[in-house]
Amino acid sequence: MEIVQTIAVILDSTIRLSIPLLCAALAGLWSERSGVVDIGLEGKMLIAAFASAVVAYHSGSAWAGLGAGMLAAIALSLVHGFAAITWRGNQIVSGVAINMLAVGLTAILGNAWYGQGGRTPNLEGAARFPELDLPFVGALKEIPVFGPIYDIAISGHAAPVYLAVLALVLTALTLKHTRFGLRLRAVGENPAAVDTAGVSVAGLRYAAVIICGALCGLGGTYLAVSQSAGFLPQMTAGKGFIALAAVIFANWRPWPALFACLLFGLLDAVAIRLQGVVLPGIGQVPVQAIQALPYVMTVVLLAGFIGKATPPKASGLPYVKER
Amino acid sequence: MNNPHPAIELSGISKAFGPVKANKDVSLSVAVGSIHGIVGENGAGKSTLMSILYGFYEADAGEIRVRGELRRIRSSSDAIAAGIGMVHQHFMLVEPLSVVENIVLGAEGGALLKRGIGKARAELARLSQEYGLAIDPDAIVGELSVGLQQRVEILKALYRGAEVLILDEPTAVLTPAEADQLFELLRALKAQGKTVILITHKLREIMAVTDRVSVMRRGEMVAHVETERTSPAELAEAMVGRRVLLRVEKTPRKRGAPVLEAAGLSVIDERGCETLRDASLTLHEGEIVGIAGVAGNGQSELLDVLAGLTQPARGVIRLGGKILNAADRNPANLRRLGLMHIPEDRLRTGLVTAFAAAENAILGYHDDPAFGRGPFLSPTLIEQHARAGMQDYDVRPVDPGLKTAKFSGGNQQKIVLAREIERAPKVLLVGQPTRGVDIGAIEFIHRRLIALRDAGVAILLVSVELEEVMALSDRILALCGGQITGEREAVATDERDLGLLMAGVSERAA
Repeated sequence: MEIVQTIAVILDSTIRLSIPLLCAALAGLWSERSGVVDIGLEGKMLIAAFASAVVAYHSGSAWAGLGAGMLAAIALSLVHGFAAITWRGNQIVSGVAINMLAVGLTAILGNAWYGQGGRTPNLEGAARFPELDLPFVGALKEIPVFGPIYDIAISGHAAPVYLAVLALVLTALTLKHTRFGLRLRAVGENPAAVDTAGVSVAGLRYAAVIICGALCGLGGTYLAVSQSAGFLPQMTAGKGFIALAAVIFANWRPWPALFACLLFGLLDAVAIRLQGVVLPGIGQVPVQAIQALPYVMTVVLLAGFIGKATPPKASGLPYVKER
Repeated sequence: MNNPHPAIELSGISKAFGPVKANKDVSLSVAVGSIHGIVGENGAGKSTLMSILYGFYEADAGEIRVRGELRRIRSSSDAIAAGIGMVHQHFMLVEPLSVVENIVLGAEGGALLKRGIGKARAELARLSQEYGLAIDPDAIVGELSVGLQQRVEILKALYRGAEVLILDEPTAVLTPAEADQLFELLRALKAQGKTVILITHKLREIMAVTDRVSVMRRGEMVAHVETERTSPAELAEAMVGRRVLLRVEKTPRKRGAPVLEAAGLSVIDERGCETLRDASLTLHEGEIVGIAGVAGNGQSELLDVLAGLTQPARGVIRLGGKILNAADRNPANLRRLGLMHIPEDRLRTGLVTAFAAAENAILGYHDDPAFGRGPFLSPTLIEQHARAGMQDYDVRPVDPGLKTAKFSGGNQQKIVLAREIERAPKVLLVGQPTRGVDIGAIEFIHRRLIALRDAGVAILLVSVELEEVMALSDRILALCGGQITGEREAVATDERDLGLLMAGVSERAA
């Protein structure tokens, strides 16, 4: 039973650590399937984390924080969309700009408003998302193996975790079974085909970019208002980029993206657990080496273990009617 | 069927892109239930005109009437609503999606796909029966042959209820047999009362299938005629504005010693596919050997491997009787040995379009001491050299300082031609010498190639234009699926015979 407990605990932290990645990966997936490359996921999550922490603090409502986080990220998404879709600018440059803007803006505003080195004040009570118990936790607890896993790992997360899972299911269903999904898949591959079929390329791409913003907002809010009790400067710590890697790893498909994110989350969870542990023959592993593990694994996985990743053909290319 | 109004009536259409007037006061009337051809050279404004009709561009001036009714067509959806469908030269298909998904795209009939797709399946089955257009609705479009992809495009238009179908250069990618099938289909559509507008620069097709034909030249409509009352020569003259020789005049070859011999050449691409299989051929001095084949059947690989751009997996190449080992087979060395190459795609491999004509004229020969002093290039010498070449090859304008991208296709091709031919090749590999080149320049390029052959050069000609291969070659090899499927003397074969070889039907019993 000890082992089951341990596994359940690791699984629990895996899920907690995967959720921001999952949100960002789904965000990136929407954007890139529509043909807009978005390396600004990181910046959008960061701005959402900041906005949600500020609003949650002043309003005392975590849900208000979520709304603010989403709106802030959508606003940045629209900036990116405007540059990439309407003005056909370079999507990488625009994404880099958004990342830099978010880092600077959150630090300066945080410092100016609260004077705590960029942090926002601690969130307490209703300003954070409470942990929710799923139904039948008490009854199912006693079932061997499944019980503890359900109790510890699956149940007892905050609302954004379940929202992220819902977003995953909706993303997969929408892409596969709806008109919007079909058009979105098509526009990332061959926008001219969509245009000649009488559907607006820009409209579809803006819709995708807005969804991307909303999902980044959810991820950022979860970081600041649920995982932590407030905003810390640079608290996204490269999660937006790891999410991009997860999207590539998953070949731009939603369910594989979940597994990619869980894998990265697991690496993170194991890294945390390994801190201070003495390994035979090596001795105590330095904290920095362990913290670097997920990043090293990302490089290794991306470089060696993934077959050929085939991105949507038109991703990164502004749509210009050919002459 | 008596329709007082024409299916499509354009009047006074004008469209300018910056300083370029693509269409000048163009008028056109297309009768219901007819097949109407539009011919013209590249850049004559045919595609622009059709793009205006299909709502891709909006005209600066002019009116569009559909069955007598004045219509504003500002987007493709307006065109679709007016019953106009278009099959673009570059297919507007989403390759990773299935046939039925491509067909419903933009006309899904509801927020959820299930019902629309079900309806499309039924409709597809009906259309397939009516016109003999069999296709698997669940096939992935990217995995279909080009001919079938075109069929999907046509079905897409019909599914949207198109009464008028515009086809832009539909046969450019088809085998002769596939083209004939397409023409059968167009006749069937006509019999059902649909109207077809066929854009092409191939006069043979116009003569074969159209009822009326309109000729465009430099953005203007210069003639409307009944197909029965005209001839290819007359149409060509109207297209170019002067008399042109459609036939290539040549004397019988004087065949010399073999210069380039290849035996058992195989090429394996990066995906591990054998794109050229066990190909053997010999080029003699003073003859043109043509390669007939539908695009993508190993011609490019054959050219690349002979030009030293790729290395064969197996096989031997001899140049002037001497075996070339791997170290010898690089383009620079081969050029020194007298093997020149005019690549198939002048924009990607033949020229650096952002460079001036003069710089392009020495591309690959920049280390020739004639162009500079020591490590420095001499702009004056390069310009003089380019100017002489441009005059000799009638490149217009004669401006060595002009960016190559600003020249027309024919003039760009002449720049490449001048660069390679004036180096006195022993062997010349030529890929698509007249792709995207207008009739006047085609005539010029053909005459140069014949003159070169008469001077004793061995020429290998690869072209997707079967007519061109037949007109220029002394001997023709057919390629299909990377294999040489047959060899014919040019005088002893015809289009039908070659078409069978190109389709991989093995040697007929002699």
